Amino acid sequence: MIWNEKIECASRDEMAAIQSERLITTVKRIYHNIPSYRAKMQEKGILPGDIKSVENLKDLPFTNKTDLRDNYPFGMFTVPMSEIVRLHASSGTTGKPTVVGYTRNDLQMWAEVVTRSLCMAGIHKNDIVQVAYGYGLFTGGLGLHYGTENLGATVIPISGGNTKKQIQLMQDFGSTAIACTPSYALYLAEAMQEIGVDPESLKLRVGIFGAEPWSENMRKEIEAKLKIKAIDIYGLSEIVGPGVSCECVHQKGMHVNEDHFIPEIIDPETLQPVDPGVIGELVFSTITKEGIPIIRYRTRDLTRLIYDTCKCGRTLVRMEKCMGRSDDMLIIRGVNVFPSQIESVLLEMSETEPHYLLIVEREGTLDILKLMVEVQEQFFSDEIKELEALRKKIRNNIQSTLGISVDVKLVEPKTIERTAGKAKRVIDNRKI
Amino acid sequence: MIIKQVSVFLENKSGRLNEVTQILGDSGINISAFTIADTSDFGILRLIVSNPDKACEILKQNRFSVKTTDVVLAKTSNQPGSLSKLLKILSEGGSFIEYMYAFSMEQDSATIVIRPASIQKCVEILQNHKNDFLFHEGDFLL
Repeated sequence: MIWNEKIECASRDEMAAIQSERLITTVKRIYHNIPSYRAKMQEKGILPGDIKSVENLKDLPFTNKTDLRDNYPFGMFTVPMSEIVRLHASSGTTGKPTVVGYTRNDLQMWAEVVTRSLCMAGIHKNDIVQVAYGYGLFTGGLGLHYGTENLGATVIPISGGNTKKQIQLMQDFGSTAIACTPSYALYLAEAMQEIGVDPESLKLRVGIFGAEPWSENMRKEIEAKLKIKAIDIYGLSEIVGPGVSCECVHQKGMHVNEDHFIPEIIDPETLQPVDPGVIGELVFSTITKEGIPIIRYRTRDLTRLIYDTCKCGRTLVRMEKCMGRSDDMLIIRGVNVFPSQIESVLLEMSETEPHYLLIVEREGTLDILKLMVEVQEQFFSDEIKELEALRKKIRNNIQSTLGISVDVKLVEPKTIERTAGKAKRVIDNRKI
Repeated sequence: MIIKQVSVFLENKSGRLNEVTQILGDSGINISAFTIADTSDFGILRLIVSNPDKACEILKQNRFSVKTTDVVLAKTSNQPGSLSKLLKILSEGGSFIEYMYAFSMEQDSATIVIRPASIQKCVEILQNHKNDFLFHEGDFLL
C-alpha cells in the first residue's frame, strides 16, 4: 500500500514544483530568523529573493553539525519556545548534544513520513509493531511510535533492551513487525536460539532497522535467522529522525520523502554537486519544518541517488545504503562517536597526552570500543592501584562525556604510530 | 636504609622483559633483586640495581616508562619467624605497606624491600626498634 500516492508517485516536474515553492518559503524563514545563516548568505551575496526554484538550492551555503553546536541549545529555532512542543537530542562533537525542537505541525509531518515508511515496508493497519528502539531523547523510539499510531497499526512501546521480555511479548502479543537497530535484531535472534524459541513459531514477518550502518550481508543474516524481511530505514535527528527515507519491499534503495527533505549529493572535497548516480556526500534541506528548518545540512554519509521510478510505483528518489562517511565519525551501538571527542577528554585530563588509538570490534553482535592510551612519564606510577585508578578515570570521563563505555588499555610510550600527516586514530575491525 | 628502586612499565608482550634485562646487562648494571606486579594488560617491573640513576637514564633513552621510587631496606636474620617479627612491629607502629619483596645474598640474613605508604614513618619505627634487628652497615650493594 502507498500511503500518500499523490506525492509518492508524483512526476518529477510535479515534485520540483512542490519543492520550489516550499524551499522559497523556508529560505525566507531562515534568513529572517537565524542570524548565523543570514550572515552566511550575505557573505555569498545571496538574498532570499534570489531563490526562485529548487534549481537555486546549490547556490545556498551549507549547514554543518558545528553550526548546531555553536547555537546550542535553541539558537537555530525559528519559532518562539511557546510553539515548540517537543525536544530531542543526539550526541554532539564536544560533549554538548545537538538539540532539535518540533512544533505541532513538525510532529504531524514526522508521523506522516514514518507512516509512509511503514507502508513502504509492507506494514498495514492490522499489524502489531514492537518498537524496540530506545524511547527518550533519541528520535528512534518516539519517531516509530507515532508513525505506527498514525497508520492505525498497533504499537507495543517496549523500548530498547530487556531481551527476554521482547521475546515473550512477541510470543504472547503476536507481534508481526519489529523496529530496532540491526545489531539488536541479530542479538534477539541469538537470544531466541539460546532459550529455545523457534522464530518460525512467531508471527514476526518484517523488521524496520536503522540508526547504524549495516551491510547486505548483515541483512541476509537477519532475514535467515529471524525468518523476516529486513527493511532499512534512514534518518537523522537534525533532519527529523527516522523516516527521512526508507526501503520498499523491493529493497532497492531507500525512498526519500523529498517533498519534505530535498537530497543532494556533493563532492566532499570540492563541495560541488556531482552528476546523478555518482557517489558523494549526502546533503539534506528540510523544506516544511517549522521548529528547526535546516538548509543544505552536510550529513557526512556517502551514498548515491537513483531517480528512476521504482518497481513499487513510487517516483520518490531513492538513496542507496550508506557506504561510509566523509568524516571519521563512528557509530557505536547507535551512539555517534567522533575521535576528536575522545581526544578532548584526554586533553582535559592533566595526566594524559592525546596519543591514542581507537579499536572497534564486533564481539558477537555487540560493538566493543577499545581505547589504547600511552603511559607518559608524568603519569606513570610505580603502583598498580594508581594506574588502575587512572584507567578508571579515563573510562569514567569518556562515559560521562560520550555516553558510551570504553575498554581502556594503557600502553608503553611511543608505541602508537606517529604519522607526518593526519594521525591514524581509528581501526575499525567490524565486519558490517 | 632508604634506596632508589627502578620501576619500569611493561605491556604484556612477549620478549619485553628480556629487552630490559639485556639493556641493563649491556650497560654493566647488575640486578640484585626484582619483582613483577602484573595485571591483565600491563605489568610493573621493580628492580634493585647497582646504579639506579644510570639504569633509569638508559631505559628512558630506550623509550621505556621508567621511574625511581624510594624504598626502605630492612635486614633480618634468615630464620623462621623473623619476617613476622618485622611485620608485627610495622603494623603496631601504624605503617601501611603498599608492597614488599625480599631477597637473600648471604646465608644468615635476608633483605626485605618495603614500599611503605610513608617512608618517614616506616624508617622511624625501624629506628626505634633498632636493637631488635641486625641492620646492614655501610654500602648495601658490595
